[in-house]
Formats: sequence, C-alpha cells, structure tokens
Amino acid sequence: MEHYNMNLTLKVWKQKNSQDKGRFETYQVKNISSEMSFLEMFDVLNEELIREGKEPIAFDHDCREGICGMCSMYIDGRPHGPWHANTTCQLHMRAYKDGDTIVVEPWRANAFPVIKDLMVDRNALDRIVQAGGYISVNTGNAVDANAIPVEKDKADASFAAAACIGCGACVAACKNSSAMLFLSAKVSHLALLPQGGPERKSRVLNMVAQMDREGFGACTNTGACEAVCPKEISISNIARLNAEYIGAGLVSEK
Amino acid sequence: MQWSEFFTSSVGKKFVMGLTGLFLIAFLVVHVGINATIFADLFDPTENGAMFNKAAHFMGATVLIRIMEIGLFAGIILHLVQGYMLEAKNRSSRSVGYAVEMGNKGSKWYSRSMGLLGTIILLFLVIHLAHFWVKARITHTLAPVTYNGVEMHDMFTEMKMVFSQSWVVIVYVAGCISLAYHLAHGFQSAFRTVGVHNKKYNRILTNLGLCFAVIVSVLFALMPIAMFLKWVE
Repeated sequence: MEHYNMNLTLKVWKQKNSQDKGRFETYQVKNISSEMSFLEMFDVLNEELIREGKEPIAFDHDCREGICGMCSMYIDGRPHGPWHANTTCQLHMRAYKDGDTIVVEPWRANAFPVIKDLMVDRNALDRIVQAGGYISVNTGNAVDANAIPVEKDKADASFAAAACIGCGACVAACKNSSAMLFLSAKVSHLALLPQGGPERKSRVLNMVAQMDREGFGACTNTGACEAVCPKEISISNIARLNAEYIGAGLVSEK
Repeated sequence: MQWSEFFTSSVGKKFVMGLTGLFLIAFLVVHVGINATIFADLFDPTENGAMFNKAAHFMGATVLIRIMEIGLFAGIILHLVQGYMLEAKNRSSRSVGYAVEMGNKGSKWYSRSMGLLGTIILLFLVIHLAHFWVKARITHTLAPVTYNGVEMHDMFTEMKMVFSQSWVVIVYVAGCISLAYHLAHGFQSAFRTVGVHNKKYNRILTNLGLCFAVIVSVLFALMPIAMFLKWVE
C-alpha cells in the first residue's frame, strides 16, 4: 500500500480526574504517516504537547500488539475505531485520509469511572473474574496434559471464548453498559471444559452476582458487543451463560 | 440460591422477560388465528361473520379460557413492569453518554428500541381493549346475534363499525408496525434469554422470528384495513 502523510484534527476528551466534569479539546496533528498506529499518532501529539509545556493526553496502552486488552479508545462512535476485529493499538493511520477530523472519547459506563482523559478504571472486570473465573487445582506434580479427554468441538469453542482480552469494548458499545459478553466468555471458557466442572454452578452464580454489584446493565441481545469485539467473541456465549445461570439457579437446593 | 436472589439478578429478570415474551407470542398465535376467521367472508359472502362470532363466543364463554385470560393479563403486566424496570436500570448504567453515538454500527435500531416499541404497543393495547374487550366482557354493550338458538355478541358488526373510522385504522396499523419490529427482535432474543445457545437453532429461530413478526403483524393489520375498505362486509 502506498505511503502518505496527513494532517488531522483531533477532538479528544480531557478530564483531570473522576470528579472533574471534563470537556473536549481540539488538537491539530501534522505530517502523520499512514504507516503509524493510532497510538503512535497520539505519541507524536503528546511529544508535541510536552515540548510546548502543555499536559499530554492520558491513555491506556501496554503491549501494542492487540493481545493485552489495555487500549480503550472510543473512536468516532465505535470502540477501538472503524476496523473489524481490531484493537485501538492495531488500528493504523491508513484508515484515515488527509484533513479528517477524529473524535476520541473514553469508554462510557458508570462501572468504568474515568481516571483521567481517555483512561478508565476497568477493575470491575477483574473483580468479576475474582468472583469465580478460575478453577481450583491441587498442587503436586503436573498432571499429564492428555489425561483428561476433551471433545475437539468443545475445546475449540472454549478456546474461542478464552480469546477474550477483557478490554471492555463490549461494555462501551452496549447501550445498557452490560458486561455480559465479557462474563459469558469467561464462564463459557471454563464451562466447556471438564476442568471447569467442579465449580461450574457456583462460578456462574457468583460471577453474575458480582457483575450486578458492579452496576453493569442487563443484556438485551442487540449484538453491538459482538460487532466491536476485537477477539470476535460470539454472542452465542451469552445465551450459553443464560442457560448456565438458569440451570444453576433453578436447581440449587438452598 | 434463594428464589428472590434468582429473580432479582439481571439474568433472572431477563429470564422473566423471555418467558413472558414467549407466552405472549403463543397468545398472538391464538389471537391472530381466531380473528383471521373474519376473512371467511371473502370466500362466502353469506357468512357475515358467523364463524368469527362463534369463535369469539367460544373464547368468552369457556371457563378454562377465562381462567387463562387472567394468566394472560398477569403475563402482560409482568412483561411490561419488568421491562420498564430493566429499561430504567439499563439507562442509569451510563450517566455520561457519548458525543458520537454508535447508532446502527453493529445493532439494529429496533433491537435498541424495545422499550419505545413496547410503549407504543401498550398505548395501542389500551385503545384496543376499550374497543372490544371492555364491551364484550365487562359492559356487555354489544348487539346480540343468534346462531342455532344460542345468543351471543355480534363482535363482527362491532368490528366493522369500529374500523369504519379512519383514525382507528391508522392507530391499529401503527400498533401492528410496532408489534412487527418488537417481535423481529423479541422472538429470537427471548429464546436466547431463556438459554437456547445452539448456533444452528439460533439461526433458524432468528429467521422464524422475522417470518412470524411479518406474518402475524400483516394479518392483524389487514383486519382493520379490509373492513375499512369494505373488502370484508
């Protein structure tokens, strides 16, 4: 693909801390290479701001190779920007042309309070995992990997669910700020494997209870989450989660 | 897990929405089936609504169906109260909205507008019940008609009278359009919500839901239209 440079107008959400009301600031960025990533474009802007003695824009990032789930920008009305099955760090500037205006906002959900500018606190997702997204294993010698037979289809479905990087784009995209796609990926990942069997019922009950405590909304199956998920987690996992929860909740003897 | 805990969780509340939704879908099948008997008039002009009047009489005079009618009202109330509570909770989960909305990128407008569509259906339902159900079941202010010595309400004549007013026809068609979109999302969503997660069946249910939404709503909408345009007399 042919390389080109571009000048862009950025409208970026600036917010000092969770108490600050926040506002949009407009920035001009010049000579941005089409081969840069979206975050590198922000690096260029921030270096410029620092040189001018201004405060740089705070944003989350870590691996910059689409696997850690840290980057979290809501770009022109879409989490992680315009590309399908993509994280913000893997969005490249060839998606834009000279003269474009880009609006960048943080994830919006009451369960994700803004820490600063484009950074939001996504610990709520970690607390959901802590409530049951694990298996208990006795320590000792490592068990032979092939000791427990797993059906290929189930292993594949479990693996597909396990691809969730917990970025929270599903919450950001959902009109209800629901974390159901995230939760359903975590529950499906373990429910499909024999290793997840012993805690299968308590896991789903505890994780849903924690999700509700965190203040996420309920799922209305609109499909917006699935459309923006960088790891293409299927909305079918949500229906599986419903089945797991209803099964566990209704047969519970307590 | 306590019952109360189950039914107050987000998944439990949605389970109630899904179950009542499926129950109301089953009701629609019965309702549209019985009312479609007015079209018997198209094939036999001497019919004059006899088949429909007898069917309506059967629904009104059968004890078991009257008991089920209580269940139907309970289902409607549960569906709408739970629906409004969920809508309020969901809306309050994002106090600060986006400057650029996602819009139709990734979801259909009607799947995001179930509360609005449901409200239009509710308003329609109030008018609809006042037109027929109140007169047939509460005030008994319908003209009588006798078939084989059995006296019953002449619901057919009442329908023709009600649907001779153009504003009523417009309101009913608007109600049917809202119902079509509500079902287009609700049918498949209800099955997912109660836990159907087999991809093969979900695909079938999505298409079946779209067919159901169109067929039921068009049949319902044709009733006031056919009577207003005097296709059925």
